[in-house]
Amino acid sequence: MLWLAIFFLVPMVFLGYQSLQSGLFPHFQFTWEFSNFSSALSGYHTQLIRSFVYAGIATLACLVLAYPLAYWIAFRAGPWRNLFLLFIVAPFFVTYLVRTLAWLNILADDGPVVRVLRDIHVLGPDGRLLATTFAVVAGITYNFLPFMALPLYVSLEQIDPRLLEASKDLYASSTQAFLRVTVPLSMPGIVAGTLLTFIPAAGDFINAALLGTPNQAMIGNVIQAKFLDSLDYPTAASLSFILMATILVLLLIYARIVGSEKLTG
Amino acid sequence: MNEEMTRAQLLRRGAAGAAMLSVPGLLAACGGSGGGGGGAGGATTEKLNKVLNFANWPYYIDTPQTLKAAGIHKPTTLKQFTQKTGIKINYYEEINDNPGYFAKVQGRLSKGQGIGRDIIVSTDNDRFLAEYIENKWAQKLDKSLIPNIKNLIPAQQHPPFDPHRDYALPWASGMDGIAWNDKVSDPVTSVKQLFEDPKLKGRVGVWNSMGDTLGLVMLENGDDPAKVTDASFNRAIARVQKAVSSGQIRKFYGNDYAPVLAKGDLMATMAWSGDIANLADPHCHWGVPTHGGIIWTDNMIIPLGGSVPTASTYMNFMYGPIISAQWALGANYISSVKEVKASAVKLDPKAASNDLTFPPDKTLAQMHQNDPAMLRNPDYNKKWLAVQGE
Repeated sequence: MLWLAIFFLVPMVFLGYQSLQSGLFPHFQFTWEFSNFSSALSGYHTQLIRSFVYAGIATLACLVLAYPLAYWIAFRAGPWRNLFLLFIVAPFFVTYLVRTLAWLNILADDGPVVRVLRDIHVLGPDGRLLATTFAVVAGITYNFLPFMALPLYVSLEQIDPRLLEASKDLYASSTQAFLRVTVPLSMPGIVAGTLLTFIPAAGDFINAALLGTPNQAMIGNVIQAKFLDSLDYPTAASLSFILMATILVLLLIYARIVGSEKLTG
Repeated sequence: MNEEMTRAQLLRRGAAGAAMLSVPGLLAACGGSGGGGGGAGGATTEKLNKVLNFANWPYYIDTPQTLKAAGIHKPTTLKQFTQKTGIKINYYEEINDNPGYFAKVQGRLSKGQGIGRDIIVSTDNDRFLAEYIENKWAQKLDKSLIPNIKNLIPAQQHPPFDPHRDYALPWASGMDGIAWNDKVSDPVTSVKQLFEDPKLKGRVGVWNSMGDTLGLVMLENGDDPAKVTDASFNRAIARVQKAVSSGQIRKFYGNDYAPVLAKGDLMATMAWSGDIANLADPHCHWGVPTHGGIIWTDNMIIPLGGSVPTASTYMNFMYGPIISAQWALGANYISSVKEVKASAVKLDPKAASNDLTFPPDKTLAQMHQNDPAMLRNPDYNKKWLAVQGE
């Protein structure tokens, strides 16, 4: 409780206090300025919605990529399991920022990837990857993949293989067995993975800042710029609150859909 | 002893990328004045520190490479200062834009605490230089240690933000222009071309600094950047907005556009005069736009906690005619020291033809200054951020 109080409640109260201030830096005054919220929303709803769209697409992409990966490691990798898990975690040995900067070089306009794609006419002669929506969403997907893969692995690994054998005995096809046994039993992993991916992805700003253009700016970029460039702390604080509140609402809806017991494991 | 230890700490943590957060108290430990916006002036009994911590922008000093390119066979000015005074300089190229740096240091300065730097550099065409001085976050220079202040050119002696030059001394002046990479692009000579040529789509950079970017756009629009009205401001913003919406502009940069241009991801970008020369890439070129450029001056100030005698000693050193000439040729920016051209010719007879350091009158006639009222207008600043999608 004390932990929560010191590291969550106190900053929250301070943030709330700041979000209701008015004035110009450094002379802010506390005036119950609720209009900060409405003006922040009306000014930046585009970036807010964009953040959730990007985070949503990236979460789905992570799920599609990570599920087969985790499935294969859990059921097929045998003695090599730990090695493959290490491979998933390996990128964490390099910091987030540097990994994203690396993509900046890989996807560069005159870089190898773009050149090959141009040669095989996937991209037009002036086509590019960097500074596009694709690059930003791909960056988020890449950076958050392990957060999806690890919980999925944990829940898949716990499935008793005899249940799958039993389903075969009951004349289930492989597809049926997968859909009616494996997927439901891995639901806790899916739920945990999507949350661990979606929540930080919605607030991410590194990928949009490095791999995007102003047209890909996410809400995290706005908050960062409000704090660091325009020194408009009240708007930045109210945007942070709006982001948090929106995530909470989405979380509640999600919990309603999948059943709240899944959220708590 | 104490100093040794803190410096080692500083370097270690600096390497970890956390220098800003980890050096509180360093200066207190080194015997800096630690607080109060110093009015002590004259008779200083404080002794010089063994180390000078200097925060500056990238591409802003003579290096062995740039000196070699300029044909000067001398140690860098940083080295010469150490040889002469025994004071070692920790030179941090950590300022990428004025607002970002201000945001990082203002928290400690506003509490009267030092930031682990003896000198920082801030530009006069942004609102922050005046903020440092008005908030008393800059300490008074010790002019008794800066006899070379007599070399300051008259045009720079009474700027509006510091009418008697009590707090700030020019580091360098530079010009706003347009650079392009000839491997991927034809010459780009106007803002119109930069913003509208479909060949450049998505590969154009502009600054995140309002005065610089909008200044060039206003000139293109035929408006006067030194006298901004709501109408001329809105015209300029609308033009940038159009280039953002059409996808022409790739990104709003601080001082970090140069390597991106060299790589070819940017075909053309708004750029400061000396940066492209210091990049030393034969494919990158810089020029003044057809409708004119903006001129500005970066100023050195001593933040709270910085050692006034040490910093003043360094400023005095940099205002020596030969040293300033060597710096100007090595950094490719404009010095505010009198007779610097005559000294430069002594160092290198070809120096007089360096148009970036000694812009010909024709170029200077094309230069304009930003309207200080525009820079400090909160509504304008808001609109400027909005156009960046932020």
